[in-house]
Amino acid sequence: MTRETTAISVSDVVKTFGETRALDGLDLRVRTGEVHGFLGPNGAGKSTTIRILLGLQRADSGTARMLDLDPWRDAVTLHRRLAYVPGDVELWPNLSGGEAIDLLARLRGGINRARRDELIERFDLDPTKKGRSYSKGNRQKVAIVAALASDAELLLLDEPTAGLDPLMEVVFQDVILRAKADGKTVLLSSHILAQVEKLCDQVSIIRQGRIVQSGTLQEMRHLTRTTVEAETERPATGLGELPGVHDLRVDGNRVRMAVDGAGLDEVIGHLSRAGVRALTSHPPTLEELMLRHYGDELSAANGRPAEQAAQAEQAAQAEQAEQNGTSR
Amino acid sequence: MTAATAEKTRTTDPGGGRLAEALTGTGTLLRFNLRRDRVRLPVWLLALLLATLGSLSSFADLYGDAEQRQASAATMDTPAGLALSGPREYLTDYNLGSMLSHQMIGFTAVMVALMSVFIVARHTRTEEETGRAELVRSAVVGRHAYLTAALGVAAVANVALALLLAVALGGSGVEGVTWGGSLLYGAAHAAVGLVFAAVAAVTVQITAYSRGASGMALAVLGGAYLLRAAGDVGGGALSWLSPIGWAQRTYPYVHDRWWPLLPSLALLLAVAAAAYALSVRRDVGAGLRPAAPGRPAASRHLTRPLGFALRLHRGLLIGFGVAALLLGASYGSLLSEVESLIEQIGALEEAVEGIGGASLVDSFSAMILTVTATVAAVYAVLAAQRARSEETAGRAEPLLATALSRGRWLGGHLTVALLGGALMLLLSGLGFGVAGAASTGDWALVPRLAGASLAYAPALWVTVGLAAVLFGWAPRWLPLVWAVPVYAFVVGYLGQIFQFPHWTGNVSPFGHVPRLPAEDMDWLPLLALTALAAGLLALGLAGFRHRDLDSK
Repeated sequence: MTRETTAISVSDVVKTFGETRALDGLDLRVRTGEVHGFLGPNGAGKSTTIRILLGLQRADSGTARMLDLDPWRDAVTLHRRLAYVPGDVELWPNLSGGEAIDLLARLRGGINRARRDELIERFDLDPTKKGRSYSKGNRQKVAIVAALASDAELLLLDEPTAGLDPLMEVVFQDVILRAKADGKTVLLSSHILAQVEKLCDQVSIIRQGRIVQSGTLQEMRHLTRTTVEAETERPATGLGELPGVHDLRVDGNRVRMAVDGAGLDEVIGHLSRAGVRALTSHPPTLEELMLRHYGDELSAANGRPAEQAAQAEQAAQAEQAEQNGTSR
Repeated sequence: MTAATAEKTRTTDPGGGRLAEALTGTGTLLRFNLRRDRVRLPVWLLALLLATLGSLSSFADLYGDAEQRQASAATMDTPAGLALSGPREYLTDYNLGSMLSHQMIGFTAVMVALMSVFIVARHTRTEEETGRAELVRSAVVGRHAYLTAALGVAAVANVALALLLAVALGGSGVEGVTWGGSLLYGAAHAAVGLVFAAVAAVTVQITAYSRGASGMALAVLGGAYLLRAAGDVGGGALSWLSPIGWAQRTYPYVHDRWWPLLPSLALLLAVAAAAYALSVRRDVGAGLRPAAPGRPAASRHLTRPLGFALRLHRGLLIGFGVAALLLGASYGSLLSEVESLIEQIGALEEAVEGIGGASLVDSFSAMILTVTATVAAVYAVLAAQRARSEETAGRAEPLLATALSRGRWLGGHLTVALLGGALMLLLSGLGFGVAGAASTGDWALVPRLAGASLAYAPALWVTVGLAAVLFGWAPRWLPLVWAVPVYAFVVGYLGQIFQFPHWTGNVSPFGHVPRLPAEDMDWLPLLALTALAAGLLALGLAGFRHRDLDSK
């Protein structure tokens, strides 16, 4: 692991607030130049992680390094090189949006005036309105414009688009992709899966203060099952005996199943022998990946004895074993 | 339906049906408001009741016989005494009851007015500002229900206070404290409280912000107090322009006359009617004054820590600055009265002996300066707390995520509090001096009084230092810093009336400031206070650098 390619490295960080363990041995690594998705539901510890990286809160134990500096000790030096968008932007009621943008960007060390004006235009923001009269989405835009109008090399975005409408969400994604093209590093905490799927190279899923899974989306998908639906000329029998086939449902000539990555080839061969009329397959969505880690909570909440959860657990174990096998 | 058409339909159909519709839900809201205030209101009422009963019992201890009361009446019969208490008429029959009315009504009536203003602002404008009113008014709630329910809470509080005071005082059995007088004593307070509840009902229509609305109502209250102070020292005419003056002119336990409460009643009805009329001329959530657009870009000085802090503090700074200047000026204009009083009564020298043989003008000035210094301390505390409210509102977080260090951010706010506090002292001293010089013709008073006022600066700085330490190490306990101005007020103001022991002054930083111009200048305590303040500020900054930032 060479240092210059690692923008953020967090290892075994613990942070408690009274009785609650907000972070419980968190490890996170973000490489320079990547857009890293930081996924998890509310209360999983995303914001706490980001606040520790900003030196606004101090970890109880463990180490956090950012751009090869200590976030707590070197906060000011670090902050010259990064920009932050909080998930819940509060503005000064008697300052206009334009003033707030300039304030935040200039305190960071400088503002690119042309980019500022362009971003204001693109996000359709009225900079003369006072902070108290902005809606939530517009307050969010102020923080986004302020962050992106400065020449920061690292962006820490904590659910930055909460409250933005779908049109603005598109603008946001476009702007982030441009930042990525400029070589900036982005840590994007989010629970909007479509956004993460579109923008992120790497994804870390956090649960109860720990990272439960981390890797590229492709890696994660490879480790999990692909959903296959097919319509065949003759009923495709014997699918259930094939290795790697799960949740098989047969409805006359129609079949639907989940297939492990390794078993895919054999399944397709088997289907084609039955004469494929229609075939759809799609990789697991991020939603399904998330559900695997949170499925037990969900089914517990639904009061179901959770066959789904048991499956998820199994899959997680199998995958764990596989991961251990590949990484060592 | 727009406000204008609603107005029209209401005027064309004055029947009970429309009015009842406009008041739909008032009862539910009133009960709900009372439940929300179930702790706050009893605390206010109990505090006011105990302050009154405590004063009565200490009067009974200190002035048990008529001779002592006569001596007290003589001390009170000075411009300073009358400015702080009430009209001279009370002195003609100075029993324990009339002592209470004379010395306490002016003070407790202001407190009752404060309570009423806060009640009305909290249940109207704050609700709109937070957006809760929108939710509630989307339910089956009439146009006037909110305002009526808020005024209803104020009415309940004031009537309860009046009854509590009447029963507690009437039943106290203290000589001179009659049942009839006690009933009037309570009613006089309620009258002041209700008038200011109505005043607040108007100010919450004007501005869209609760803080601004309370501030406007408090400015009216301050004006009313100054009118009565000026009137009571002068001829009395000005006091008749003030609801507090009316309350004092009921003379409970002296003449027991009820009719001066009639102007209060008339004013209450007129102002409340104005509030209702104004309330239908605006949208929910908006004020009568439209919000002006701001600058599209920041000026250069705004993006420096101190310039930014100054911008955030600007409103408070200007508001308090004007108030300090006016407060000083209004006391200063009394100085010629003080001088003429010396000519009238030679026997007064005896009363002044206690203050080291200083002249009456000097001792009056020294006393007034302790009051204006307390006002400056209130500013300093409010300003020093700003950093905390920025933090808890989540507005410090994005700033501290920039290259702005914690020390510079907090330093900006504390600098404004330190210099702003000194500015308040300078302004009240200047106002006092200039108005005093204009009324007496002695222009040497200007530098003398401005300088004397500034002598309190180190004590203010210690107050700001204490706030910094609490902010740095125990931010949740920051409101404790209010103890400093409250204590300084109790010891400096009430202590002069009740003759507190000397040590009580030493606990407060304000107690160590030489009482200029009545006493000689003494640099040592001022330097010591400044050094202490510097130490506290450094300690507070160090604490803030080591703690987690609280997030919203």
